[in-house]
Amino acid sequence: MDVVFLLHLLLVFMIIGAFITVEIKNMLSAVISIGAVGFTLSMAFLFLGAPDIAITQVIVEILSLILLIRATVNVDNVAIEEKGESVFHNRTALIFVGIILVFAWFAFQSLAPFGEPLMRVSDYYLNNGLIMVGATNFVTSVILDFRAYDTFGEAMVLFVSISGAFAILRRWKREQHKDFLRIDREH
Amino acid sequence: MKKEKQSGMTFIVKTITNLIIGFMLVFGAYIVLYGHITPGGGFPGGVMIALAYILVTLAYGRRVVESMISGVTGSIADDIGALVILILGFIGLYIGGTFLFNFLPKGTPFKLFSAGYIIIYNLAIMLKVGMSLYIVFLALAILQRVVTTRDETKEDKK
Amino acid sequence: MTLYFLNFVLLIIGLYALVVKRHIVKKILGVAIMEYAVNLFLILLGFRKSGIAPILTEDMDLATFIHTAVDPLPQALVLTSIVIGLGTLALMVAMAIRLYERYGTFDMDEINRLRG
Repeated sequence: MDVVFLLHLLLVFMIIGAFITVEIKNMLSAVISIGAVGFTLSMAFLFLGAPDIAITQVIVEILSLILLIRATVNVDNVAIEEKGESVFHNRTALIFVGIILVFAWFAFQSLAPFGEPLMRVSDYYLNNGLIMVGATNFVTSVILDFRAYDTFGEAMVLFVSISGAFAILRRWKREQHKDFLRIDREH
Repeated sequence: MKKEKQSGMTFIVKTITNLIIGFMLVFGAYIVLYGHITPGGGFPGGVMIALAYILVTLAYGRRVVESMISGVTGSIADDIGALVILILGFIGLYIGGTFLFNFLPKGTPFKLFSAGYIIIYNLAIMLKVGMSLYIVFLALAILQRVVTTRDETKEDKK
Repeated sequence: MTLYFLNFVLLIIGLYALVVKRHIVKKILGVAIMEYAVNLFLILLGFRKSGIAPILTEDMDLATFIHTAVDPLPQALVLTSIVIGLGTLALMVAMAIRLYERYGTFDMDEINRLRG
């Protein structure tokens, strides 16, 4: 089967899954249907010639599903009923969505057509990667050698977001569970 | 029934966890170590290793997993990962003149020990990603218990 | 072309959830959907017709490999952004649970009202 046709099918499936995620009432079902969207995304990555990202997407999707189920299970997992006034909100939002989609259709005409990427920078990486780095996985050689400083910065972004999550959770610990991290005892 | 709930999940889940935990760790290590030859690398491998410990947390409860790797150990390993990346960068600056210069010999392609410092970098990223996600999950797991107990007290009042 | 457009529809669905819905977890799911759409768009931009994955194997010729491999640069950027998305998701979930503990609800309007 043609790859482009398959990608259309997968994208339509993802759109349906995302719509169900947004509109369903039960929160646990919403979380599970976003899991379906994520696994389909991983399949799309596999067809697009990116096995690295497909592996990462599958593994990350499992962990994010566990986190989201942690957030929704055991608490009242029913979506909040819309008030009467929010119908106006919905309608305005939908009108603007339509306008944005029309403009996006014209904007995408000016992009490079699908299947013919601009390879100005990547040609250099593909030509010199094996000699300069010695790694046969070119994605890894871009991440960890040509653009190693970017990766360093992104690891620091991860550090900041994780320590932000910790800072939010820590105040609670100081109140009740002082034995989890000894950082709290120093204060 | 209540005793089982306090010490984790059921007997079946614990047995399956015992069986597959080794495979998960080996697969994570394989993804990390062969990241420069086959698909993979430090990011998915790190998440995989975090997932292995999270599986133990879900099956056995927090006490057991904290006796394996406590929160303090986890955050220290996280910091070691960041420090290794910094040290690699400064060694590269000293030898090659640019930050994060690939200073180790390149070796022959398709072998495990090739591509210079990429293996060390991958291992450092594995420590960083895996341990930070693991300690965040530990913190969230503790918090979850409070939410449940609060709900139980609400139901009792009703 | 239609692929780009469908992808944009996916992004808009996420934006809709982020703007209109009042449940905090629904907002988080909207952010996650937008993240999927952006990642997929970057990979779509780097795809080459009948291209192969940018991983060299031993029986492959380097010259033909260079002219058939897909673009490795967006893949490298997306690989890190997926994991960072997981970190921000953990941050948002922590915030949501914390808000629930403080106010006893996930409703954004209700929280605004209670805060005064």
